[in-house]
Amino acid sequence: MPLVRNGKIVDDLFIRILDDAVVPDDVAAIVPAARLLADAGEFVQRGGATGVLWPNDRNVSELAPHLGRLALVALVFPNFRDGRAYSQARILRERHHFRGELRATGQVLRDQFLLLYRAGFDAFEVSKPADAPAFIKAIERYSAFYQPAVDAPAPAFRRRSVKNFRSDQPVN
Amino acid sequence: MYIYDDLDRRLVAERVDEFRDQVARRLSGELTEEEFKPLRLMNGVYLQLHAYMLRIAIPYGTLSSAQLRTLAQIARRYDRNYGHFTTRQNLQFNWIKLSDLPDVMADLASTGLHGMQTSGNCVRNITTDQWAGVATDEVEDPRIFAEILRQHSTMHPEFTYLPRKFKIAITAAPHDRAAVRVHDIGLRLHRNGAGETGFEVIVGGGLGRAPFVGKTIKPFLAKRDLLSYVEAILRVYNQYGRRDNIYKARIKILVHDMGAEKFAAEVDAEWLNIKDGALAIDPAFIDDIAGRFRYPRYEMVIDNPAALKRAQVTNPRFENWFKNAVSPHKAPGYSIVTLSLKPEGGPPGDATSEQMDRIADLADRYSFGEIRVGHEQNLVLPHVAQGDLPAIWAALDEIGVATPNVSLVSDIIACPGLDYCSLANTRSIPVAQELTRRFKSLDAQRAIGRLHINISGCINACGHHHVGHIGILGVEKNGQEFFQITLGGRADEKAELGTLLGPAVPYAEVADVIEDVVATYVELRERPDELFVETVKRLGVEPFKERVYAAR
Repeated sequence: MPLVRNGKIVDDLFIRILDDAVVPDDVAAIVPAARLLADAGEFVQRGGATGVLWPNDRNVSELAPHLGRLALVALVFPNFRDGRAYSQARILRERHHFRGELRATGQVLRDQFLLLYRAGFDAFEVSKPADAPAFIKAIERYSAFYQPAVDAPAPAFRRRSVKNFRSDQPVN
Repeated sequence: MYIYDDLDRRLVAERVDEFRDQVARRLSGELTEEEFKPLRLMNGVYLQLHAYMLRIAIPYGTLSSAQLRTLAQIARRYDRNYGHFTTRQNLQFNWIKLSDLPDVMADLASTGLHGMQTSGNCVRNITTDQWAGVATDEVEDPRIFAEILRQHSTMHPEFTYLPRKFKIAITAAPHDRAAVRVHDIGLRLHRNGAGETGFEVIVGGGLGRAPFVGKTIKPFLAKRDLLSYVEAILRVYNQYGRRDNIYKARIKILVHDMGAEKFAAEVDAEWLNIKDGALAIDPAFIDDIAGRFRYPRYEMVIDNPAALKRAQVTNPRFENWFKNAVSPHKAPGYSIVTLSLKPEGGPPGDATSEQMDRIADLADRYSFGEIRVGHEQNLVLPHVAQGDLPAIWAALDEIGVATPNVSLVSDIIACPGLDYCSLANTRSIPVAQELTRRFKSLDAQRAIGRLHINISGCINACGHHHVGHIGILGVEKNGQEFFQITLGGRADEKAELGTLLGPAVPYAEVADVIEDVVATYVELRERPDELFVETVKRLGVEPFKERVYAAR
């Protein structure tokens, strides 16, 4: 499954730790939420970067005390129609100012790339290999949006009032 | 009319391109039907019993004459020469080919129309009073705020995959013509004690298989907070609404299970985080959106001109229509004209291409090029000079949309039912058609008075049967069509759900039962102007039940 990060297909440097498996010290690793919450200290002294896999039915604000030490938060779309993680992503970015990698996992399809990107995701575990090369095209399909989001914090009504706004110019 | 600018136009055009690409990927097999389904739904494309159906948004029920001509042309070119106006200020075409859809959408976009978010688990078309901007009793024009919400909710990145569909309605008049208490969010624009205008926020109303009248969670919300507060509601719903059971996924179930107070507290907690952020709206923004609406320049004309009075005394048919379909307008010398799409024996809410074209011409000539669509499935010409009423009546009568039955017993709301819909258990259009024949005497209808019959062909309640003065719900029993009757529902400011009359009756007996119910009302009412709903409220359903079931 290809990983798209910051618009490019890249190798995934993180390994996924399941349940109680041992976490190798010097490798970037994504650990389960329960494990992070049970003993956050376990990951403080690691050599490798730490990420967390956060379920979509758990309040993402519980992560707030740990965000400073996390390089990555992976949110989950059990299927693409379950949109809870869009809210989690915006809360992490806009309220908790998380600046690390925010990764979309689960059923991640081309027709959701743009929404995911606008909600603050910058990494995508793409479900269908053929979708990965279409990433840039998908997020550039629209040249303007009405509402503010993580990618464009000013709503259209503020941008419209800017006199030098040019209609042929992307506004985001 | 709201006038699109370049941003509005580009967004619709880019959506057409995107959909064209999605259809191509579906046809090539790159997208599975399961993956394609939510994408087509969010462009208004359903797969019905016989064909694809396309639902087109008519934001807050306002259409220009050019847009109505576009709809007429699409009906002619791609469909079977008619369209169906729905209870949510949308128009549906029932016979569109999947491969034609991208071209249809491009044609729609040429006059700013689209099917975006008319289906799917997203924020749907924002609806309002079909008399917005012209009603004598409104505080302000609610379409300004409907447009602000339309823009905010269009392709919202966070709220496109909600647990279930989400419907918002706004009224700005004490008399609620937008049924705001039976929407996911209902907004009532009103003036508080300090003379400021703001919104009463009602959540968790809705029909379907678990009907609820909405609860007020904010008696007065300042306008500056409208977007942030709605965003807070949607965010709470997106995270906590049920996703395990489609029938329990609407916000009404969440509000009911949590309790309105706890739900309101959750929303407030979320709102405090965002209320002073980018979504706070200032008066300049409201003025900017208001400035994008084009308002008619009314002539200086007087009320009750001689031409009108003459027609009233010389032509009884005109006078009957005038008393029924013409309503007061806020500008002196003007009237609001309702066009009945409920002719005797016709399917409620249907209009042919020829009718649409003629109505567009009449709108240009007599109503500043503007047409409205109401949730009762009728059309409105909102700005007609009273001196023009005799001429416009003659023209409307000629094309069959001047039946003087507005708000009377034959002005029936009905869903498409089993004639079109893949969800339906029973037919509903033929039930409506039969009732219009039973009550064809206009004198008798006028004697009965205001009475709304609403018919749904299944529990999903698209025909709003729970809030009909008489509600008719089709259910299937052992392969037969049966109908449950409810009495006393209403969708206005006194919104209430109807009470079940008794056991369901078979298809062949529905019209007889309704005739009995109406006859019982006429006998029992205290005075001729006691409305049907008032009589039911006073006496309950028992006397109706006795009469109906004693005879069977």
